[in-house]
Parts: sequence; structure tokens; C-alpha cells
Amino acid sequence: MRELRFAVRNTIPIFFTYLFIGIAFGILTVDAGYGVLFSVASAFFVFAGSMQLIMVPMMTSGASLLALALMTFFINARHIFYGISFVERFRKMGWRGVYMVLTLTDETYSVLCSVQYDPGMDENRAAFCIAMLNHLYWVFGCLVGACAGRFLPFDMTGIDFSATAFFLVVVINQWRQYRTRLPFLTAATCALGFYLLLGKEYFLIPTLAACLAALLLLRKPIEAKEGRKNA
Amino acid sequence: MPETLYPVAVIAVVALVTWALRAAPFALFGSRPLPRTMRYLGRTLPPAIMTVLVIYCLRNTAFDQFPFGIPELAACALVALLHVFKNNMYLSIVAGTLCYMVLIRVL
Repeated sequence: MRELRFAVRNTIPIFFTYLFIGIAFGILTVDAGYGVLFSVASAFFVFAGSMQLIMVPMMTSGASLLALALMTFFINARHIFYGISFVERFRKMGWRGVYMVLTLTDETYSVLCSVQYDPGMDENRAAFCIAMLNHLYWVFGCLVGACAGRFLPFDMTGIDFSATAFFLVVVINQWRQYRTRLPFLTAATCALGFYLLLGKEYFLIPTLAACLAALLLLRKPIEAKEGRKNA
Repeated sequence: MPETLYPVAVIAVVALVTWALRAAPFALFGSRPLPRTMRYLGRTLPPAIMTVLVIYCLRNTAFDQFPFGIPELAACALVALLHVFKNNMYLSIVAGTLCYMVLIRVL
């Protein structure tokens, strides 16, 4: 199936990232005394790497469900921003659209933002395959980590840099595609500013909110630049 | 709460909050035609978000102690250079990741 092969090709970097982070999560859950089933179930249902990694130490310290809900809200609030670009796309996709919405992670979002579909391809089917493969990689990684994490013969520390490298590649591709530099420059300024101001733990959500506000304020110049080259 | 129920409840709560966040824009604009402002944001937010994500990924870099973030910065520079000149996503990612893995071991 053409779309599936296309999706495999476009998610190879995610496979390595998810395998590694999934293994790390699997090891963490087993060490904390929660079994393989817990690791796989949270991978399948939650499918959010950083939140899962925070969830386990919170559980061992006996955190309340309310505390976990609040933490999830703050860690994953960035996902609110991801759907905005795909509202029209996903709602045309029926039950597949629902699945796409619920599995929209950082990595799936970035693949969908940067992928160049081949001409004549069923783009919705390809997008669905991308989301499904990423979900599968993640569940597989968490399963491997929980079952065999302790017995891996080699030290993979640092392979999670592949996520950073992948995001950077996406930004470079977007830099080539977009007719205006303002969204990139706004984002970099906001991120560095809030990083210096608030520190590494708290800068993400204020940064995203500031980007949203700044893009709304800069709408006139940005749309002017988008239009000029279109004409 | 019984010991066996706690992990199940945790997964349920964390999954539901995550799903609600992911579904929020769809719930807000579900079946209505999308306002022009939202279309504009849908076009311009992705480059901004991806730029922020790159910086977010580098947030744990310790610039104030040895090796001063050299592995991260060198690997990012390699990814960027390779991608600008060779334009091969796999090459850029594999070379950058290997470079990072080597540097954190030798420095």
C-alpha cells in the first residue's frame, strides 16, 4: 500500500526517538513496581512522553488524582495549539479524524507540518498512517523497555537527540517554504526571552501564548508579505 | 483508594486531560466554518511552534558548566549545515545524533 510505505519513510526518525524514550519509560515503570501492562496501557491511552515520564515518580510519591490532572494540564497545554492548524483537515476524516485528534503528539504534529505528499496520493490516508505508525512505535518502545530494558547490551544515552535534530530539520524546511520570516523570529525571541526570565521549567506555555498574541498583532505585515509573493 | 485501582485511575485521568487538550480546538470550532483569524493562525503558528519546540528540546543544556553546551550546539550546527547543503533529512538527523552521542562521551 503506497500511503503506508510513504508514512514509514516519513516517520523513520520518530521510530528511533520513540523507541528510545519508550524504553526509558518502560524501565522507569518496572523499577517503580508497575508492570508491563501498565507501561503498555499508558503508552496506548496517554501517548504523551514527557507526561508519562513525570506521572510515574508522582505515583510512587502517592500524588492525588487532582494533582495528576493539574500536572497533565500544564505539561500538555501546548497540544491546544497543535489542533488549530488541522481543524478543517481532521474534521473531514470521520472516525479517522477523531483518532488523529487524540494522538496528536509533538512528533506527529511536526511530521504532518512538514510532510510533502506525493502527487496523486490519498493524503488523508497517508496522514492517518503517519499517526498510527507513530502510536505503534511508542507502544512498542514502552513494551520493549518494560520487558527487556534492563538487558539491553548497549548504552543508548543521547539517542533522544534525534527528536531535537528532527524538529530542527522541520524548521529548516519551513524556513524554505514560508514567505515570511516573522513567525520564526517572533518565536525565537519569545522563547529565549521567557527562558531567561522564567527558567527552563516554566517558559514553554507563556512562550506559546506570547507567540499567539504576537502573531495576531503582526497579522497585517505577515499577510502583506504572504500576499506579495503570491501575486 | 484500593491499591489496584490507583494505576487504572491515574491512566484514565491523565489520558482524559490529554485528550481534552488535544480536542479543544476541534470542540471550539467543530462544525462551524473556520473564522479567518483561525485560518491565519493555522498557517502561521506551525513555524512558530516548531521553532519553540527546538529551543524547548535544548532547555536542559548546561551552558554554565563544562562542556558548556558544546555537544548540543555542535550537533545542531551539523544538522543545520548538512540539511542546508545536502537537503537529506535522514542524513542530517543520523549524523547530528551520532555527533551528539560521541561528543557527550568524549567531552
